[in-house]
Amino acid sequence: MSTISTELVEPESGLPAGEPGPVGIAARSPLQLFWRRLRKDWLALTALGIVLLIILTAIFAPVIVDLAGTAAPRTQNADLTGDFGEPLGPNAQASSPSADGTVAQAGPFGSDKLGRDVFSRTVYGSRISLLVAFIATAITVLVGVTLGLLAGYYRGWIDTLLTRVMDLMLAFPVLVLAIGIGVACSGAEGCLGGAIQPGLTVVIFVISLSTWPYMARIVRGQVLSLREKEFVEASRSLGASDRRIIFKEILPNLVAPIIVYSTVLIPQNILFEAALAFLGIGIDPSDPSWGAMISDAASIFREAWWYMTFPGIALLVTVLAFNLVGDGLQDALNPRTAK
Amino acid sequence: MAHGDPLIEVRDLVKHFPITKGLIRAKQVGAVQAVDGVSFDIREGETLGLVGESGCGKSTTARLLTRLLDPTSGTIEFRGKDIASLSRKELKPFRRDMQMIFQDPYSSLNPRKTVGSIISEPFIIHEPSVGEKDRKCRVQELMEQVGLNPEHYNRLPHEFSGGQRQRIGVARAIALKPKLIVADEPVSALDVSIQAQILNLLRDLQRELGLTIVFIAHDLSVVRHMCDRIAVMYLGRVVELAGADELYNHPRHPYTGALLSAVPVPDPRLAKAKVRQVLTGDVPSPTNPPSACRFHTRCPKVVMGKCDVDDPALDPKEGGNLAACHFPLSDREVATQVPTAAA
Repeated sequence: MSTISTELVEPESGLPAGEPGPVGIAARSPLQLFWRRLRKDWLALTALGIVLLIILTAIFAPVIVDLAGTAAPRTQNADLTGDFGEPLGPNAQASSPSADGTVAQAGPFGSDKLGRDVFSRTVYGSRISLLVAFIATAITVLVGVTLGLLAGYYRGWIDTLLTRVMDLMLAFPVLVLAIGIGVACSGAEGCLGGAIQPGLTVVIFVISLSTWPYMARIVRGQVLSLREKEFVEASRSLGASDRRIIFKEILPNLVAPIIVYSTVLIPQNILFEAALAFLGIGIDPSDPSWGAMISDAASIFREAWWYMTFPGIALLVTVLAFNLVGDGLQDALNPRTAK
Repeated sequence: MAHGDPLIEVRDLVKHFPITKGLIRAKQVGAVQAVDGVSFDIREGETLGLVGESGCGKSTTARLLTRLLDPTSGTIEFRGKDIASLSRKELKPFRRDMQMIFQDPYSSLNPRKTVGSIISEPFIIHEPSVGEKDRKCRVQELMEQVGLNPEHYNRLPHEFSGGQRQRIGVARAIALKPKLIVADEPVSALDVSIQAQILNLLRDLQRELGLTIVFIAHDLSVVRHMCDRIAVMYLGRVVELAGADELYNHPRHPYTGALLSAVPVPDPRLAKAKVRQVLTGDVPSPTNPPSACRFHTRCPKVVMGKCDVDDPALDPKEGGNLAACHFPLSDREVATQVPTAAA
C-alpha cells in the first residue's frame, strides 16, 4: 500500500471507549505535510511572527503613533532641536521653553535635524519599505514567471531573444541605471508617457526592471527540464493544448521554487529600496523612508547616534526576519535539501 | 487469436534528428538517423512487439506512431488515412484512438495532480461536455477496472507504489477506449513480481476492449509472453519481422540469432550444448551508420563485397520469417546457436 507520507494518526479522543476509532492511516496533502514540517522549525516561526508584526505595524502606523503620543512623521518642530539646530536625543527635553511656555520633550527615539520625531518616522518607514518590496516583488514574479515560461516552453527564437535580453539586463550597472532613471523621471510629468511618475513608482520600476531576469532564469531552467518529463508527453499525446500543458501540467510544479525565490526577493528588495533612498532616488525627502533617514543621519552620526541607529535596527530586523522565513519555507517545501 | 485487417500501415518511416552548429545561424552538420526507413503493418487486435538494443529506434518509432514526434518522411496510415503529416488540430480526433503507456511510472504522472484528475484528463480534453459528477464516476470505474481502489481518487501519485502508478498510467491510456495502445517498455522500471501483474492486466484489457497493442521491450521473455508478432530493430531499421513462435524457434537474421543466443538457459545441459553467438563491439553511431546492411560491421556471416554494398530488403525467408539479410541463418545454425529453438 501507500507508504510514503502516510503517518499514523491517533484515533480521535472523543470516541467512546471500546468502539474502534476510524482507520488509523490517513493520507496527508502536500499542504498538510508542509505545515507539519514548518511547525517544527521554531526559528522560522519566530521570524514569521516578527514579519507579521512588521506588517501590522505598517498597516496600523497611525494608530501606533497616536498611542505613543508622538508627532506625525512629517511634522517639523523647531523646539525639538537644540540651540545650534542639533537634534534632541531620546526623551531629551528642550533647553529653552517654547513660545507657549511649556518645555518640549523629544520622543523615545529622539528627533532629527528638522525636529521631526524619529519614532514616528521609523514606524511609518515600514510602510514604504514593505509597499515597495511587495509591489516590486509581485511585478518581478509576474514578469519573470511569464517570460521564463515562454522562453523555456517554446524555446527557439523566443528563448534566444529573451535569454539575450536577460543577459543584457544582468550586465547592466543597476545603480547607475537607477540613478539615471531616477533623474530622467523626476520631472513633474514623469517618463514613459506618464506611466512612471516621480516617487515610489520610479523606485518600483527600477527594482522590478533589474530583478525580473533572475526570476525568469530560474523559471526557464525548471521549465526546460519539466517539459521533457513523460507526464508532459502523456498530456500531449492526449491532445492537450499548449495552454493546458503550461498552466495545468508545468505551472503547478513551479509553485514551490517561485514561493521560495519570492521570499528571498522581498528582503533583497527592501534593501534595494533603502539603498536607492540612501542615494536620494525616487522618494520625496519628506517621506519617511529608512534608507533616506540613514542617509540623512550619516553626516551627523557623531552628534546624534539615535537618528541612524533606530531606522538601521528596523531595517536589519525586517530583512533578517524575511530571510529566515524564506529559509524556513525552503526547508519545508523541499525536505530533501540538506540544511 | 484471429487478427483482422491492418489498423496501421507504416511505410518508409524516417526520423532524423538534425545536429546543428553555429550560434546565430544554425547550420545542420549532420543527423542522428534514429529511424531510417521502417515499414510494417499493425493488424487489428494483435500485439506487435518491437525489440532491439538501446538506441535502435524503438522509442522513437513509438513516438512517431503516436505523433509525439514529427516524422522526417514516410507515411503512417491509420485505417487508410495518413496521419504522418497532419497538423496538431487535425490530429486531435485521432488521439482518442491512439494512446500511450510510458516506461517510467515515476515521471509519467504529474506529481502535483491527484490520481482522479490525472485519469480525468482524457475526458476533460475530448469530452468537455461530460459533467464533473459523471466524470468522477467514470474515473472510479476505470480505477476499479485496472485494479486500483476507487476510494484513492484524491490521492497523489507519490502515495502509490511503482506497480500501482503504472496501473494509473494504464487507466489514463484506456479511458477513451482507444483502438491502439503503444506501450513503451511499460514494465522495465518495475520489479519482476510486479511486471507479471501489469502484463496480465494488459492482456485482460486487450481481450475486454479489443485493443491493438504495440509492445516495446528489451526483455525477450516478456516479449514472447505478450506478443503475436515481433519486429526486431537494429540501428533504425527493422531487420526481422515474424510471428512470435517463428521468431523464437527459427530466427533467420543473424542479429536476431545473436539476441536469442544471449537469453539465459535454465537447463545447464542444454546451455552447454549450444554455441553462444557473442557479438563483438558496440552498436555503431546512428549519426554515421554503416553502408548497405547496417549489421555488416558486427555480423558473423558477413561477406564483404556483398553485405557492405548491397542493402538487403525485408523479404520472406524459410519458415515464413521476414528478414533483411543476404545470408540468413540455416536451420542447422539455429539448432546449434539458439537456446530457444525447438529441440
